[in-house]
Amino acid sequence: MTDLLYSEEEEALRAAVRDLLADHCDAPGVIARTESDAPHDLAAWKALADGMGLAGLLVPEAQGGQGATHREVAVVLEELGRSVAPVPYLSSAVVATEALLECGDEELLGQLASGRAIGVLAVGLHRAPGTAFPAVRLESGTLHGELTGIADAVAADVLLVPAEDGGLYAVDASDAALTPQVSLDATRPLATVTLNGARARRLGDAEPAVRRALRSGAGLLASEQFGLAEWALTETVRYLKERKQFNRPVGGFQALKHRLAQLWLETVNLRAAARNAADALATGEDVDVAVAVAQSYAAPVALHAAEEALQLHAGIGMTWEHPIHLYLKRAKADSIAYGTAGAHRCAVAELVGLQAP
Amino acid sequence: MTDAAELQRRTAELLAAHPPATTDRLDFLKARFDTGLAWVHYPEGLGGLGAPRALQAVVDAELEAAGAPDNAPRRNGIGLGMAAPTILKYGTEEQKQRYLRPLWIGEEVWCQLFSEPGAGSDLAALGTRAVRDGDDWIVNGQKVWTSGAHNARWAILIARTDPDVPKHAGITYFICDMTDPGVEVRPLRQITGEAEFNEVFLTDVRIPDSRRLGAVGDGWRVAQTTLNNERVAIGGMRLPREGGMIGPVAKAWRERPELRTHDLHQRLLKLWVEAEVARLTGERLRQQLVAGQPGPEGAGMKLAFARLNQEISGLEVELLGEEGLLYDDWTLRRPELVDFTGREAGYRYLRAKGNSIEGGTSEILLNIVAERVLGLPAEPRTDKDVAWKDLAR
Repeated sequence: MTDLLYSEEEEALRAAVRDLLADHCDAPGVIARTESDAPHDLAAWKALADGMGLAGLLVPEAQGGQGATHREVAVVLEELGRSVAPVPYLSSAVVATEALLECGDEELLGQLASGRAIGVLAVGLHRAPGTAFPAVRLESGTLHGELTGIADAVAADVLLVPAEDGGLYAVDASDAALTPQVSLDATRPLATVTLNGARARRLGDAEPAVRRALRSGAGLLASEQFGLAEWALTETVRYLKERKQFNRPVGGFQALKHRLAQLWLETVNLRAAARNAADALATGEDVDVAVAVAQSYAAPVALHAAEEALQLHAGIGMTWEHPIHLYLKRAKADSIAYGTAGAHRCAVAELVGLQAP
Repeated sequence: MTDAAELQRRTAELLAAHPPATTDRLDFLKARFDTGLAWVHYPEGLGGLGAPRALQAVVDAELEAAGAPDNAPRRNGIGLGMAAPTILKYGTEEQKQRYLRPLWIGEEVWCQLFSEPGAGSDLAALGTRAVRDGDDWIVNGQKVWTSGAHNARWAILIARTDPDVPKHAGITYFICDMTDPGVEVRPLRQITGEAEFNEVFLTDVRIPDSRRLGAVGDGWRVAQTTLNNERVAIGGMRLPREGGMIGPVAKAWRERPELRTHDLHQRLLKLWVEAEVARLTGERLRQQLVAGQPGPEGAGMKLAFARLNQEISGLEVELLGEEGLLYDDWTLRRPELVDFTGREAGYRYLRAKGNSIEGGTSEILLNIVAERVLGLPAEPRTDKDVAWKDLAR
């Protein structure tokens, strides 16, 4: 039976991560960082990865990790979503780590798990699990080519690169040219990776590693989207209780109450779908359907939450100073990341036998 | 504390003393009630053992495996789901002893005399009058949307006992004898063609004061117990994947490829996902209840299912194309059971329209979520300090 609740340990983990992020990722700081040369908050990353050991949750203890499951990772991601934290957690501790687990590369797993290195899978953020992805040329043991849309690549120490021979290769980030792309979501910035005879070490087959990595990324992204939606709802409710127009709190107008109640319903549903995906990834049961259902549902809800937050805050919500735009941009980018809701609905159709005409 | 092992032992004893194969159905149900295995969370002597509610599943599983008869709970949904918890909470010892046993075994079916033509969402504005006459009350008025009134032996009734105070304060809760000569039940035909509901006319109905539930003037508070249980009963059904309205549509899609279009495919997938997510939310709510951490999610379940049932059944009629232009039967019938997913697509589509009205409209439920869950300001009230008799109507 799927367990859709949070355990006491998971709630304790949440409280600890929330405390840490309150110290590191306050909204003005996150906004300022998006315009700086250092888009990632590496101090927050160090505290999460090194201080709390959270980069290694998915890695078995024997390989230098914490031996936890996707359920705990999902709780961390809820909190990261709540604060749009600019840390490469999903990229390194989930997606790259899953690829390395599939390849069984002990050395890099240990480095990523301990937080000593940040790993990034060099597959465009928009790619859905199970779909084709570009590969670079392999010539006499070195890699040549250009890959675009690689999230968090500028923070990477090691890149995991698919090559045309069907292998997945580890490339030291210092051997690649990383060119930042101006990104819609500056808290998960994209970059172009250019390889010009980069030295590379073969880790294993790319296809199963990438499929597993993107499936986990998609499934757990739903928890980040839930955290984002919950922040947007909570913050908007709080603001509308305070904000007065026509001699009344704006939150007392029924047209707005109904919209917020509707958003609450969607958010509650999203929590169930996200917990179901995290639990399925942890137990290995019914994983494909659980992930596809969660990603078919999550992006529209997170986006709706962010868009309602903006509209209901009205003028102040349009300003650069107010953090809503960070959430809107993250939610919109997340609606493309690891496959759109439509792509995941097509996956559902295949999985449950509701074929297209 | 009664645990699962203890309940299994008692269930085995019941089955040994009253073998289902050779015992009359009602005799078995009476014996089950008297051994406290009817609803184990009720008190001893009233069909229960004061055990945790979640343990009922242990008893039900054992009895089902042994082929024991059940109490046909769907025939008496209002009795079991709404009247019983209210009697348990507010009834006198005599009332509990008199009513709960025949209610649970299904000998006596119950209905609900709450809504009126002039009191729908604003139920507290109801105008049915109850006037004290010695040891009795004399009741006059009209009730509506009364499911099952034509089968019912008893009704839970709220009526106005004091028109001179604000509306919430002047209501009293009664148990009404549906065989009283002043009770007239007329079928109320609905858009599906059948008459699942009734209008009930009350003319000089005499109710002894011993059938009052709770204090005089306290009927609104008593009714909250009834109404909260109604929403749990309507939204809280446990479903397997594709268990609700989506099931017949998915089946038609798989079996009849000639009906498929790209537009319908996109809409079907969206609704399939939403139905699956609503199912997971319901499952999560149940897990919270079992873990003793009830959340506010229950308030949303009925809202979600009403919208989904309507959209899914609407899609189904469209999917069927030429067949969607037909209807199975418009004959006026008075069904004993209500089955939202029963009959054909056209019936499902029409019946589902009631899902966002019965048991609290979706608009009222959104207000409840906004105010009680999100803590937003309540609607401005113009009726709070006005005597009921002076309200606009």
